[in-house]
Amino acid sequence: MSVRDLLSPFTAWKNLFREPVSIKDPFNRPASERYRGFHKNDSEKCIGCGTCEAICQNGAIDMLPADGVATQPGDSGLRPRIDYGRCCWCALCVDVCMTGSLTMSNEYKWVEADPDKFRFMPGVDKKHWDDYEDGYRRPDGHRLNAPERIDMPELAPAQRIDSFVEMVTGYTVEQAQLEADRCVTCGICVATCPTHMAIPDYIRAIRDGDYERGLKLLYDSNPFSQICGKVCTRRCETTCAASHEGDPIAIRWLKRHITEQVPHERYREIIGAPGPATGRKIAIVGAGPAGMTAAFDLARAGHQVTVYESESHAGGMTRYGIPEYRLPSDTIQREIDLIVSMGVEMHYNTRVGTDISMQQLQQDNDAVILAIGLWMGRSTRIPGSDHANVFKAVDLLRRIRDGEAIEAPKSLVVIGGGNVAMDIARSMARLQKQQHGEIAVTLTALEDKAHFLADPVEIKESIEEQIHILDSRGPQECVIGDQGGLVGLRTWKVLSIFDEQHRFAPSYDENDEQLHKGEWVIEAIGQMSDVSLLGEELTEQLEWNRGRLQVDDDGRTSESWLWAAGDCVKGPDVVTAVATGHKVAASIEAVFAQQEAQT
Amino acid sequence: MTEYSNRSQYPQARADGSLDIDLTSGKYLKLWQGPNHPGITGNMSVELTVCGDEVVEGKTHVGYLHRGFEKLMERRTFIQCFPIVCRICVPEPDFNEYCYAAAVEELAGIEVPEKADWIRTLILEMGRINSYLMYLGGQAGAFGLGVIGQWTTYARDLMLDRFEELTGARIYHMFIMPGGVRDDLPEGFDQRMEETLQEIESTLQDVYDTMFRNAVFKKRAVGLGYVDPAWVDEYGITGPVARGAGVAKDVRRDQPYLVYDRLDFEPVIATESDTYARADVRRRDLLMSVDLIRQILARMPRQGEVMATLPNVLHWKIPRGETYVRGECSRGEYGYYLVTDGSGYPRRVNVRGPSYTHAMTLLEKLIVNVNISNVAGLMVSLHTYPPEIER
Repeated sequence: MSVRDLLSPFTAWKNLFREPVSIKDPFNRPASERYRGFHKNDSEKCIGCGTCEAICQNGAIDMLPADGVATQPGDSGLRPRIDYGRCCWCALCVDVCMTGSLTMSNEYKWVEADPDKFRFMPGVDKKHWDDYEDGYRRPDGHRLNAPERIDMPELAPAQRIDSFVEMVTGYTVEQAQLEADRCVTCGICVATCPTHMAIPDYIRAIRDGDYERGLKLLYDSNPFSQICGKVCTRRCETTCAASHEGDPIAIRWLKRHITEQVPHERYREIIGAPGPATGRKIAIVGAGPAGMTAAFDLARAGHQVTVYESESHAGGMTRYGIPEYRLPSDTIQREIDLIVSMGVEMHYNTRVGTDISMQQLQQDNDAVILAIGLWMGRSTRIPGSDHANVFKAVDLLRRIRDGEAIEAPKSLVVIGGGNVAMDIARSMARLQKQQHGEIAVTLTALEDKAHFLADPVEIKESIEEQIHILDSRGPQECVIGDQGGLVGLRTWKVLSIFDEQHRFAPSYDENDEQLHKGEWVIEAIGQMSDVSLLGEELTEQLEWNRGRLQVDDDGRTSESWLWAAGDCVKGPDVVTAVATGHKVAASIEAVFAQQEAQT
Repeated sequence: MTEYSNRSQYPQARADGSLDIDLTSGKYLKLWQGPNHPGITGNMSVELTVCGDEVVEGKTHVGYLHRGFEKLMERRTFIQCFPIVCRICVPEPDFNEYCYAAAVEELAGIEVPEKADWIRTLILEMGRINSYLMYLGGQAGAFGLGVIGQWTTYARDLMLDRFEELTGARIYHMFIMPGGVRDDLPEGFDQRMEETLQEIESTLQDVYDTMFRNAVFKKRAVGLGYVDPAWVDEYGITGPVARGAGVAKDVRRDQPYLVYDRLDFEPVIATESDTYARADVRRRDLLMSVDLIRQILARMPRQGEVMATLPNVLHWKIPRGETYVRGECSRGEYGYYLVTDGSGYPRRVNVRGPSYTHAMTLLEKLIVNVNISNVAGLMVSLHTYPPEIER
């Protein structure tokens, strides 16, 4: 202790001459740029996936219907409501938000007399901080789940171009688990899937390594799971929450992975045996995905199901329309064998209308299902399209799948920009490579590249396989040479496809004319049903809608004994066919139940 | 030894060595200090038995602040634990974030980007400064020097501004998350930090002149709460309390973590081991943190990621394992013992805060024979935060 210790404290007096350091108006002090203040939500961008709700450790977020927000594909119609009595402003909800719609403002003051007001829906309940520029948002590169998809291993273009060997080789367990890990289990895909497969649940089964549970979940809603695992149009992936700020989950490949991991001999036991016989009889016309799905459901319910198929094998378009390199025949056969094992009676090479009449089927059965698909290719009807070397894609695909030896021309032109066009272009390219060593396939589509109807992956792979893709080209003439042989296809540049009333009415720039050389022209512009099997009388009795059979919401036609499902009423694609197959089966079951209740 | 030893002839020891305290004798009085903030150490209380104005026995009582964090974490996914750990210790939350994140990263096998380690070190030193500033105000206040607290609160507020611009929050930063840190330093941060550091140094000079060179403070603090160096291991004493007793324990140097092995520093020690010595150790340690922050900003890489790629945190499972991660916080060794069982939730989390040993067993020992008026000053000199006792 010294004199200094007595005097030194008096240095505090120097502060008498200092400006006060306290902020005079603390209520108007702006918070920092990154401040985690009150929430903002871009309601337009938000898809209501509920990932914010899932991660919130306080249970402060509830997903609820919101005024002015409609449920639609890819949007649950729900929006997060935040309870500021619970929120701790950790911003995990912002970090995990799949669309980046949820952010925070740097506003931190909010005074209300009514405590319930602090439970609000950001973006829906308008607040003055909605327009604030500052506040926390997920920093670039800061992700709480991997945005990139695990690539599916597949054969390189050079390996695959001269063969019809399946090009996709399938995930390993490690790859599948990594991909499955990316799923946030929001379930928006379930609503989009036509047959509402339990997607998040079977993806969870992959994460858990419980493939048998996964398989059970698959076959609960889709007896064509092995096939859909390879060729589904996967609308689920287009609405996947992960697709907004990254790659969508590879749902199709994960489904495929489950079906590959379970030994095939275990399938039937896992899926379960059919129920006791009911004595009811159902005839199904067509053994494609819709017919066989209905057969699966109805046979499992104990009904006696007979399927009539004009071809020598079941599978419909999956067998005769999809090339082998995408969907090998043994996959289809396994699927069909499984369905048949439920007690379905199959009549192959039996054409209804010729070998057995519809009237006969009506007499012999309690219900009849038409699942006849779209087997007739449409024609452009341009000049020269009746030439012998102008083919329909569906016919050619069927011949190739049937094993017919087709002599490929050295050059050809495909008209069409959908998946069927890609299928035939790629199939013919393979034949050309095998037979001539060179590929010369030109594909012309009405649509511009941004609006192609084909799966983007198909387009990418077609280009890899040296297929020359031309967009916005309208076919005008199949040009026939002096010797009567086909020279190629003459096209004009497309200016627009639809008129102001959104009707199909393409307009062209006639000055931009091109001749695409080709010994063959293949039309892949759509298909229609061959309804000749119905006979004149029944065709008269039934109601029609633009050439398609008119059915009600349950898939029932205007004749009470006749249902219709699959591409001939909706689609065309496998999973929609499966969905309509389920629908008619359920409708028939309901009718049976009703009849039983009345007796 | 303390100047208060043998001050009273009461209580007398029995033959077996226990104290003969007869509350009906009229010599003794039960007095509760707390739980409403005795000094500023938070919600705990000390049940004092006094004889005259002298404490003859002190029992510590906790439980007023129990929120069950360790149990709560067993029912939260690994990422959901991240926002709650900071709440285990209010004045210095970042150590919880760091220790939890480091434990999770170790068991999950996640490699943190180097830059994130530098930013983490920066944050921990910023937090240490805040914690010491709060302590200095409290220590001075316990002896009636109210103005010191006003100055240190001002200086701490400047550092909170830096926290706010860096982390987006002032108190619960929630910035160090498993995998790294949330974001990079904002633009112009270095300069604003330097201004803040200079202001803190200036404030500390004032504190030195008015608190450490103050007859009143010296009179009260010198000799109060003597800690024998031999008790350091016996009582599990760490941090400035140990260093004040001349034991140079500092996890930053002894078991370097983050980037401390790339920084130049020596543990600050004193030998007197009383309240004054501990306060001075903390003051000098604070100045060392100021220096460390300057070193960090001068040496840290400015390019690169600050966050590792995490698996999907919504169903993040961590393989079976256990680990203990420690760090040197402003009060001593802070550690997290984490056990995982392969599920998506921690099987067991145990938080080792230095306050547990300091505020309970050590305080009960030191409080005997202390004048009632010095009890608050003694408690503060141990620099304890009850929230971390009651995880």
